[in-house]
Amino acid sequence: MTERVWLYIAVMALVTYAIRLFPLVLLRREIRNVRFRSFLYYVPYATLTAMTLPAALFVTPHLASGAAGLAAAGLLAYRGRGLLLCAAAGSLAVWLAERWL
Amino acid sequence: MRRGGLLFLRGVRDGLPIGAGYFAVSFAFGIQAVAIGLTALQTFALSGSNLTSAGQFAGLGVIKAGGTLAAMALTQLVINLRYCLMSCAISQKLAPGVPFWHRWLIAFGVTDEIFGVSLAAKGRLRPAYSYGLIAAAWPGWAGGSLLGAIAGDVLPPSVTQALAMALFAMFVAIVIPAAKADRRVLLVSLAAAVLSAALAFAPWTAALGEGMRVVIVTLLVAGAAAWLCPLKEKGAPRD
Repeated sequence: MTERVWLYIAVMALVTYAIRLFPLVLLRREIRNVRFRSFLYYVPYATLTAMTLPAALFVTPHLASGAAGLAAAGLLAYRGRGLLLCAAAGSLAVWLAERWL
Repeated sequence: MRRGGLLFLRGVRDGLPIGAGYFAVSFAFGIQAVAIGLTALQTFALSGSNLTSAGQFAGLGVIKAGGTLAAMALTQLVINLRYCLMSCAISQKLAPGVPFWHRWLIAFGVTDEIFGVSLAAKGRLRPAYSYGLIAAAWPGWAGGSLLGAIAGDVLPPSVTQALAMALFAMFVAIVIPAAKADRRVLLVSLAAAVLSAALAFAPWTAALGEGMRVVIVTLLVAGAAAWLCPLKEKGAPRD
């Protein structure tokens, strides 16, 4: 079992690294195509939102505490606060809400 | 020289919340990994070499089921395909002249969170900044797994649950200012939220798994947005 686990780990690491590496070494020039550039401009926002919702609501024991964490982070972000503060406020809001619920 | 050092430190600063959030998630991963029979060293090596959450949890499932190595490779490919899109975007954020060895190193650190922060940085992405992010985030991920594997009961669940929100809170902190500044980004985010929720709850797409759903939402929403409102600026989109 334990030797096979090392094989699994090697396969996982290789596949995951290859996916990350190929675009970075193959796309070395600036892409001129406007559609493709626009697509890449929108990618992070679509991806990050899709990863956050609805997943963030189910990462805590109660839906409400997840919502509280998102709301706290959202409010501070809207007021232009940095990543560290937003992350801390989100966690703190979850912790407080869970104590209360 | 001094500029590089400063960028590195800025990366470390922006990477700290990533590391803290990683610690909590990967702590849970460590507990789960030893529960299915991995040693602490294997758990540490797995997290240190993979640096990804969904893929690793799915990988544990394959190991537990005694799946083939091909099944493992396919699982990782499907779940981590989103990194391919992220690396495409990062490649355009780097200056065209950045040498290949920087690209090989930066590629190792393409995670959801590092990607998000890298793209939110103003102007071009500098390798020193990326290394700062990785230097702050990697110990959180690898160390969290190790600690979870050897001492799963040090942190009470209430603390790990609260820390897990840190990662999502960061995503929020990246998307909201951009959505405030650019209405197209606001519309893209709203569309992605609605579609993502729909896919998560619709019976025939819920089974796809989160990694695949994120890829589908990204392709559909960013694709539609690129088609409907292409960028007009001639320069690099984020400069």
